[in-house]
Amino acid sequence: MKFNKIDKILEKFNMQKSQLISILQDIQNEFNFLPMEVLGYVAEKLGIPFSLVYHLATFYKTFSLKRRGRHLINVCLGTACHIRGGVRILEKIERDLNIKSGSITLDSKFSLEVVRCVGCCSLAPVIRIDDDTHGRLTQGKITPMLKKYE
Amino acid sequence: MITLFIDNQKVAVKEGTTLLKASEKLGIEIPTLCYHEGLPPYGACRLCVVEIIGEKKNRMVAACSFLVDEGMKVLTISDRVLKRRRMIVEFLLARCPDIKAIRDLADKMGIKKPRFKTKNLDCILCGLCVRVCNEVAGIGAIGFVNRGKKLKVDTPFHLASDVCIGCGACSFVCPTGAIEMELDAVKRFRELLGIEHKCRYSLMGLVSYKVCSNNYECWRCKVDQRIRDSLATHPIFAAKKIKTEKVNQYFSFLKKIQE
Repeated sequence: MKFNKIDKILEKFNMQKSQLISILQDIQNEFNFLPMEVLGYVAEKLGIPFSLVYHLATFYKTFSLKRRGRHLINVCLGTACHIRGGVRILEKIERDLNIKSGSITLDSKFSLEVVRCVGCCSLAPVIRIDDDTHGRLTQGKITPMLKKYE
Repeated sequence: MITLFIDNQKVAVKEGTTLLKASEKLGIEIPTLCYHEGLPPYGACRLCVVEIIGEKKNRMVAACSFLVDEGMKVLTISDRVLKRRRMIVEFLLARCPDIKAIRDLADKMGIKKPRFKTKNLDCILCGLCVRVCNEVAGIGAIGFVNRGKKLKVDTPFHLASDVCIGCGACSFVCPTGAIEMELDAVKRFRELLGIEHKCRYSLMGLVSYKVCSNNYECWRCKVDQRIRDSLATHPIFAAKKIKTEKVNQYFSFLKKIQE
């Protein structure tokens, strides 16, 4: 069940309160997002207030409280990417997937999020799908690229 | 004992006291918002900023959390300090223009209108309520949510908290009156005005008025006791913070029942 996996993660970190961020990261890797009941379970197991866990989960942008798709698309809209037309890339992806940024496709294949600078401005405009970085994009490259992902 | 100079006045205090306490001893007033005697210093509002004269450069520190040092020279009303305090109050005034505590501060410093875009908020994010809930009550029902300009005080997922015991401590410590106790809760508190510390279960009518099966020794009573020791008052008096309108409404409601 769900909670068995969480018990394993908690045991891996010896139930230490100070490891809360690492624990949340591992849970996010497991489920792709942080489910509400799981956060409550973690707070109960570690003996810390639920409000503290929720504070951490909302403080960091890596953590998502909404369900995420199998593949996460991060569109960079940092200064360099913005100037090189990152907005147009975002619009193209939004049109292709028929969703707005910050939401998930109906078949839960992709979720789309906007980020500020992924740290390779020479490749601008950049998007990141899961762990792969795609640089020097044009609108024409988007559709064939998205088809590669299952 | 450590001797230091605050505004050219000599004062001797114990090691480990803060600048705020030391200046209190001299009768020098430093404005604070996020400081409360029952809680450890936090340094969130930065209103208590003071200037320390250094060898090369003067330093600006928060008086509520900075500890005294031998031979330290402190200025509490220098130009730099006043300028910085005015700036902070101006930002706060732009954030919550209708709050009396902020208005009074602004009047004192001669600020009539903030230069910035005004919002109409109640909370100044001093964190007193969060700290009192965590550290004094030991409950942790409320906490900070989000960050940056979206930061606010809330319960997890904005749901009614199942751990909150309705002690009213958060409402009591709030310097701006942003947290209000609900009228039903106040009703229970009001019935008990004049009677000191009482069991929470008897407040809720779960146990009869003078009999407690736990001999008034369960953890909720302990929470009440801790709040009382730390804040030097019972959370009952949080009821005083309720806006007068609501209290008047409540009184008229009572009169109707009596008629």
